[in-house]
Amino acid sequence: MNQPMHFHPADGFAARSRAAVNDAGQRKNFRGAMDFLQAKRRAQFPDADELAGLRELGATIRRYSLAHLPRLLEQLEAKLTANGVQVHWAENADEANAIALGIARRVEARRIVKGKSMVSEEIGFNHAMAAAGIEALESDMGEYIVQLDGEAPSHIIMPEINKTRQQIAELFVDKIPGVTYTEDVDALILIGREQLRRKFAEADIGLSGVNFAVAETGTLCLVENEGNGRMCTTLPRVHIAVTGIEKVVEKLEHVPPLFSLLTRSATGQAVTTYLNLISGPRKPGEKDGPEEVHLILIDNGRSQAYGDELLRATLQCIRCGACMNHCPVYARIGGHAYGTTYPGPIGAIVSPHMLGLDATYPLAFASTLCGACGEVCPVRIPISDILVRLRNEAQARPGSSDASLRGSGAARTKLVSAIWRGWSLIYSRLGLYRLTSWFMSRGRALSPIEQGAWTRSRTPLIPAPKRLRDLIRERKP
Amino acid sequence: MEPGHGLARNYPAKPKNIYLFATCLVDQFAPGAGMDTIRLLEREGIAVHFPEEQTCCGQPAHTSGYPDEARAVARRQLGLFPEPWPVVVPSGSCAAMMRHEYPKLFADDPALLAQALELSERVFELTEFLVHVAGFRQADLGPACTVALHTSCHARREMGSHETSAALLAGLGRVTVVQQARVEECCGFGGTFAMRHPDISEAIVSDKVASLRESGAERVVSADCGCLFNILGRAAKLDEIAVSPAPTLVGEHIASFLWRRTGGAEQ
Ligand code: SF4
Repeated sequence: MNQPMHFHPADGFAARSRAAVNDAGQRKNFRGAMDFLQAKRRAQFPDADELAGLRELGATIRRYSLAHLPRLLEQLEAKLTANGVQVHWAENADEANAIALGIARRVEARRIVKGKSMVSEEIGFNHAMAAAGIEALESDMGEYIVQLDGEAPSHIIMPEINKTRQQIAELFVDKIPGVTYTEDVDALILIGREQLRRKFAEADIGLSGVNFAVAETGTLCLVENEGNGRMCTTLPRVHIAVTGIEKVVEKLEHVPPLFSLLTRSATGQAVTTYLNLISGPRKPGEKDGPEEVHLILIDNGRSQAYGDELLRATLQCIRCGACMNHCPVYARIGGHAYGTTYPGPIGAIVSPHMLGLDATYPLAFASTLCGACGEVCPVRIPISDILVRLRNEAQARPGSSDASLRGSGAARTKLVSAIWRGWSLIYSRLGLYRLTSWFMSRGRALSPIEQGAWTRSRTPLIPAPKRLRDLIRERKP
Repeated sequence: MEPGHGLARNYPAKPKNIYLFATCLVDQFAPGAGMDTIRLLEREGIAVHFPEEQTCCGQPAHTSGYPDEARAVARRQLGLFPEPWPVVVPSGSCAAMMRHEYPKLFADDPALLAQALELSERVFELTEFLVHVAGFRQADLGPACTVALHTSCHARREMGSHETSAALLAGLGRVTVVQQARVEECCGFGGTFAMRHPDISEAIVSDKVASLRESGAERVVSADCGCLFNILGRAAKLDEIAVSPAPTLVGEHIASFLWRRTGGAEQ
């Protein structure tokens, strides 16, 4: 089931994350999966200098692309149109779905087969199609499993990462008629494939995402491992690609470094099995390929990020998932607790633009700011800086110059603001600091043994009998 | 500051004088670590100046979404170091705040920005200073022992001082450093994160305690008091729950460990 469109992840994040950390089985699954993915990535980057150079190159390409975004989008549209691809623009999720639906109705489509696309998750595509009586079937194995179980993906690269082999085996027995229980991975994949192959032949439309859209050549690049992406974009008579407006790069030669960063950071692969370069519909005399190709370019809040110097870096993202694979919080709570399509650090920084900061600010606070995400991000997004900025925005006084985003100020409360004002007063006036810290030391016997959340998990923090400043003074002759 | 990038910096020659910015945690909760820092530096022939007006670097407000409050506090610290001496901080996290975050906090005020940038250049984390500036080389006089080093995330990713902490320990002949699993993972403290998300924080710190215990190290040392309080406080709580007769994990600030190992008397 897809999320309802006006879902407020802010509601219930604390409860969901609490439930998740107490789910020992899931904790173990995630820990194992994260350790595995971290090791795979590490093995891909044995040379720190090569990694630093490549990240710098990747970041530069993405920054350059964003700096020229309006021009590149125009160029992309012109080139694609010349190639015979129909380009559509969607301001938000509803518009994007309406465009897709319009195409589906025109070609009298009843079944859509989908390659993996997080943007389609973002816009609630399956849900919108189902509401119009059109079946949208996931053909990526992970997405297929998630769809079979009526869930949302819990990871942007490996949507089914929260499930064990046993759970998948049980799911197959449960949902696919005539399947006998097996935990053998190859057998499970075969069962899934068998189901999917049949559907490809029946589909009227193939839907895919886009990893990179090349403006100069009008090429849509699609990175995948299973070959289902290639089937989706070649077998059905209509191919619809959906993507965010930020995915454009200028030249074909900008793709290889980003492709390399993507596959090595995401799954620890030197290359993926497939890299599809799509440049248009079937030409006269060609034996295969779709008759129509459409690209839907979606804003869905990206313009807001684009308009801000710091937050624009959010759009550099190539959706590799490395930030979540290295996040100590994600490893403990998994993807579903976030409640957003994109979980983990990237989810925390990109979702506010899509859903409003009021609906998503708890995610910005769900980080220790350890910086592991920014350290591995292949395009050098300063994720911690952005998280701090979003925290500021969340607590800014509405109407003030610090409140610049949709939903800014939503986290602000009079009490907490007053506490921080008091804190600031104490620590910026030496006299006050001296006094309070002196009382804390002298009155240490009276220190509370109950220190809220701190002592629920830890022994209390008791001030020393004498402060450092007292010890220093005493030692002076 | 983007983690792990461009951490290389130029180090000055060994100075005669330095400022100590001790941090609010050390002042109130771990003054012993502050005193040992002073003793270590003085033994290297460096005069330590402690500006009385210092309070806190401002990080708690900065990471909690209160930039004005953080600025008010940070601004006070900015003016405390008039001489061009190095400012040594026995905390990687607070050092990173002063070195990397102050210039961002004051980005909109040219005069304060200039001051922040000037200060940024001479802020050093303690172990970084001992290795790269003071040329610390004291003989290890303690009995053979094993330790695990925990480096705070800001120390590691913004100051690169996991390497200097490790180098100092490696210089102690009879100390064996054992590596705990997932050494670079956060301890789950995160300042106000521990209060805001107690369940997640507890889950992370419990794993950290487990990996440190499993490492078999006799003690854990760290150059950051925040992490130490979090880790040792959690370990002690677990001991309480398990009615353990003795602590299962002990630890201290690296300054105290170094001072004791290299012949400093326990005070
Ligand atoms: S933010 Fe960086 S690490 Fe995270 S998914 Fe995007 S590109 Fe990958």
